[in-house]
Amino acid sequence: MTGTDLARRTAMAAGFTFLYGPILILAGMSFNASKLVTVWGGFSTRWYLALLDDAAMLGAARISLEAAVLSAIIATALGLCAAVALTRFGEFRTRSLFFGALHAPLVMPEVVLGLALLSAFVSFGMERGFVTLVIAHATFTMCFTTVVLVAALRSCDPALEEAAQDLGATALQAFVLVVLPSAAPALVSAFLLAFTLSLDDLVIASFATGPGATTLPMRIYSQVRLGVTPEVNAISTLALACVALALGLAALATKGRSSAATDLA
Amino acid sequence: MMRRKLNVGQRLVLGAPYLWIGLFFLAPMALIAKISLSRPAQARPPYEPVFSFGDGFSGLVKKLGSLTFEAYQSFGEDRLYLDSYLNSLAIAGVSTLLMLLVAYPFALAMARAPARVRPLLIGLAVAPFWTSFLIRVYAWIALLKDEGLINHALMALHVIDAPLSIYATNVAVVIGIVYSYLPFMLLPLYSALARQDPALREAAADLGASPAQVFWRVTLPLSRSGVFAGCLLVFIPAVGEFVIPDLLGGSETLMIGKTLWSDFFANRDWPSASAAAIILLALLIGPLLIAERARLRADGERS
Repeated sequence: MTGTDLARRTAMAAGFTFLYGPILILAGMSFNASKLVTVWGGFSTRWYLALLDDAAMLGAARISLEAAVLSAIIATALGLCAAVALTRFGEFRTRSLFFGALHAPLVMPEVVLGLALLSAFVSFGMERGFVTLVIAHATFTMCFTTVVLVAALRSCDPALEEAAQDLGATALQAFVLVVLPSAAPALVSAFLLAFTLSLDDLVIASFATGPGATTLPMRIYSQVRLGVTPEVNAISTLALACVALALGLAALATKGRSSAATDLA
Repeated sequence: MMRRKLNVGQRLVLGAPYLWIGLFFLAPMALIAKISLSRPAQARPPYEPVFSFGDGFSGLVKKLGSLTFEAYQSFGEDRLYLDSYLNSLAIAGVSTLLMLLVAYPFALAMARAPARVRPLLIGLAVAPFWTSFLIRVYAWIALLKDEGLINHALMALHVIDAPLSIYATNVAVVIGIVYSYLPFMLLPLYSALARQDPALREAAADLGASPAQVFWRVTLPLSRSGVFAGCLLVFIPAVGEFVIPDLLGGSETLMIGKTLWSDFFANRDWPSASAAAIILLALLIGPLLIAERARLRADGERS
């Protein structure tokens, strides 16, 4: 038994080292006073200070956040409508077209979708910029929100809605008062998923946006291509810290909730 | 199947997402298909004929006559696209296999860990996935460069005398893909392995199977669905990958995402890029539809 225990621990240690090693090294380098990756010039926060002065980088971060919030709101709303149609309307006409068009972007390479959106914006005569960026992000994240919300609405018992309607509620009231509250966690996770995907996206944003609205991934990407600067290490580490903080808070929240549940029981 | 008429409210609910995907997904894809049948032109946007609703029906018919399969024909003749495809398939295939080798022991170890620590382990394994994709690829540049940390460490330990050139090669691209897509492989494998009933393995062992036999004849066959799902989730996006080959690959790294990108932005040959996009789409979605149909048929036979 100890043999397999050892094998298990080794596999786990190797896996986590592979996953976290590069990220930790990156975070370490952001505090390196030297510009060279291989030379440790002592602890320094100079790259973080340089970041504070970099108006272009901060502006890109703001555009990314704004586009992510807006597109995630649109994607969640549209995804909810789509999920309701797919789970509650039965076999309506052109349902398979609807279903296929919603799921196709999930398997499509981003470059193809970006290309399609770009040629559409050109043909529609739309000036590329913040608006087209939000439209493009809402379009590709909407597929993901739909998948999450379809799963949530499927697991919600239709008998509850029927009961509410038998008791005199309209279909809309039954939906808002019965289905929506139980789907609330799924709505939150759909929103967060869309938000994260939008924040992380480089390829579709590059096709969809114009000179006025450069996103943070586009900015980092062009910096990395021009030559590595430790400033990118600094902003990467800040992003990592935000993710770690969010994950920690989420873990605390769920822990708090489950202990509250055990207290009640 | 019963088709009932939708009422006004339902039409509104369905109409909103329908209008959106119609305008921003179906129409763009139709445009791509249409551009792929056009000729490159000097004017902007660089393709001909330009579709316009003002031409009326006769104009439309005339335009249809001027469509051309040139882009598709040149696709067969131009080695660049074909080579990019084959190379993308090869790189995605090698990466998928390697990832399976890396992820399987990892997933197995997590699935066999005590039940109370499993959610924590899964959380830790997925957490890097929530950090920016670009940041993770970027971290590997610092590791793989000629003057990077791996070469530095190996030379300091006197394992090698001259730096290994890994950065800007296909090897770096494979490493980048394996690293970036690992959670997609890990999760389906983990859920397939965690679902297995330990009693089956105990029964096999009781009947005289050695641990290796138990693995090959019980554990592995029972995790087939997880292996299949993981490979699919990794292989399909890896074929169309653009960022990793562009940042970690070199001039000899031909991948279709990169070729499409440069054709669209640098060469401005929209018809060829569109034709390649349509073919890529068919190549990726075709097998998926066949697999889905096979799954449905298998389900139908069982019930």
